[in-house]
Amino acid sequence: MGLKIVVLAKQVPDTRNVGKDAMTAEGTVNRAALPAIFNPEDLNALEQALRLKEQHPGSTVGVLTMGPPRAGEIIRQGLYRGADTGWLLTDRLFAGADTLATSYALATAIRKIGDVDIVIGGRQAIDGDTAQVGPQVAQKLGLNQVTYAEEILKVEDGKATIRRHIDGGVETVVAPLPVVITVNGSAAPCRPQNAKLVLKYKRATCPMERPEEGTPYDHLYKERPYLTLNQWSVADVDGDPGQCGLAGSPTKVKAVKNIVFQAKESKTLTASDADIEGMIRELLDEKIIG
Amino acid sequence: MNNVFVYVEIEGTLVQEVSQELLTKGRKLANTLGVELHAVVAGTDIKGRVEQQILPYGVDKLFVFDAPELFPYTSAPHTDILVNLFKEEQPQICLMGATVIGRDLGPRVSSSLTSGLTADCTELEIGPYEDKKSGKTYDQLLYQIRPAFGGNIVATIVNPDHRPQMATVRSGVMQKAVYDGKARGEVVYPAVSEYVSPEAFVVKVLDHHVEAAKHNLKGAPIVVAGGYGVGSKEGFEQLFQLAKVLHGEVGGSRAAVDAGWIDHDRQIGQTGVTVHPKVYIACGISGQIQHLAGMQDSGIIISVNSDPEAPINQIADYVIVGTVEEVVPKLIKYYKQNSK
Repeated sequence: MGLKIVVLAKQVPDTRNVGKDAMTAEGTVNRAALPAIFNPEDLNALEQALRLKEQHPGSTVGVLTMGPPRAGEIIRQGLYRGADTGWLLTDRLFAGADTLATSYALATAIRKIGDVDIVIGGRQAIDGDTAQVGPQVAQKLGLNQVTYAEEILKVEDGKATIRRHIDGGVETVVAPLPVVITVNGSAAPCRPQNAKLVLKYKRATCPMERPEEGTPYDHLYKERPYLTLNQWSVADVDGDPGQCGLAGSPTKVKAVKNIVFQAKESKTLTASDADIEGMIRELLDEKIIG
Repeated sequence: MNNVFVYVEIEGTLVQEVSQELLTKGRKLANTLGVELHAVVAGTDIKGRVEQQILPYGVDKLFVFDAPELFPYTSAPHTDILVNLFKEEQPQICLMGATVIGRDLGPRVSSSLTSGLTADCTELEIGPYEDKKSGKTYDQLLYQIRPAFGGNIVATIVNPDHRPQMATVRSGVMQKAVYDGKARGEVVYPAVSEYVSPEAFVVKVLDHHVEAAKHNLKGAPIVVAGGYGVGSKEGFEQLFQLAKVLHGEVGGSRAAVDAGWIDHDRQIGQTGVTVHPKVYIACGISGQIQHLAGMQDSGIIISVNSDPEAPINQIADYVIVGTVEEVVPKLIKYYKQNSK
């Protein structure tokens, strides 16, 4: 029997290239100022989903993401690698969400998708490093959770057997479906894009990604429905605006500051024998080293 | 009511150090707020075996939940315990380790109670807050301070209107100390069946394997750390020799770990181990913020770097301008010659 799998994926700013304009005055992230990438551990999750699809004929893999219209790119990246479909949650009401409001939105969308066997995402996103969204989605849906997964060993008889990373070791657990799984970065890397699929889906867009004046490919969108990606607002998923975005976030950012380290008065030495022996004697005399 | 709670993590019957660190911090927060410090621990056959590992850190009341299948940890039963206990006790603050367990449990509990949770805090303080939009003011909120954005900024997070205010903290960030003040030290053993539903035990652990840590980098008084400037895996051999003569441990920067020159579990920095040694010898480490965040509280910092402008030199007490290859053997030689 096929499995219905939803992959949670996030478009994240590449935190390796953070500039001064990365934060807004309100302390939220200014995403427009940063290069956007597919969150690395979400790619590990996508790979586990695609493997399950191969092992269980009739399975489907859909990529669920939340973000501004340009996050449609995450769905395309998923389609290029073998996903079947995707949904972009985009609405101004979703903006400024902390992890709880994000989880509420994703859980609402998963309910709308319906009859999902496995929800799988990366352990955490590199812009926040919180690892909270997976467990919070599971709680909101009333589902079991398995975090820090390294490999889904098998799915049979309505149960998933999963090897997971724990502090100082490993653990194997069995969880009944439906289940929410988060995947650790030590899991298998994701397969590369498939050239045929890139050709098939490269014009696939969400309606909001398309310029108002139209594109040269408008006829394609009429002929090939799969080139129009699902785009959902708060109303589309029957969401409560009060639980979305900034309004639905219990945590508030009080202050943000750049890290400044207290500079010390340091002694600068050369690599000469005299300098190094002098320092060692000084440390020994002051009993700093024994 | 309105006390500070710490979720205590165990492996078998051994209380984890991160929990003792949090109890120490929790005691200070409770004193500032004028409330009690409470602790909760859940496991199997732990009654009589864990209390003395917890109470000395200044706990006023300890809740011990002891039943089959509470160890190894699974998400649902431990969530049920905390959620139902917190509904009765109404804590204002809940702290847990930013461990695999804490990061699995914390978000599940926070979602159940619709309370805010901040992951991986590096500092916790109590202070006032004014919500500029509503004009409401708060006297004593928990400031949850954490690096964000790959360690490039520090954010202070507050949870004004939801309780408990929840935070996780990584191992080694706080320092544990037995409490020298007075604490009530009451211990209670609630009936687990009144807190956990039988359906919570559907996830089964088939196999649980944990190895003791191979080193004590976190608690080492002297740390020799290598970065990209060490140049090779062989180069690290010299650092191990230096650490051996100084009775210290060896760590590495993210760059050295990524290059495969040293094990991942020896990475020092925001995403690795936080260390507070008496002496920190940084060899060929440039000093990215994410690294400095894991070692800035070291006593004496010695930087060995061929680049006199390396950022780490700013916070170093001694800067030795030279290559690791040249300087480290000399450190070994002159230490051996001059120590008794």
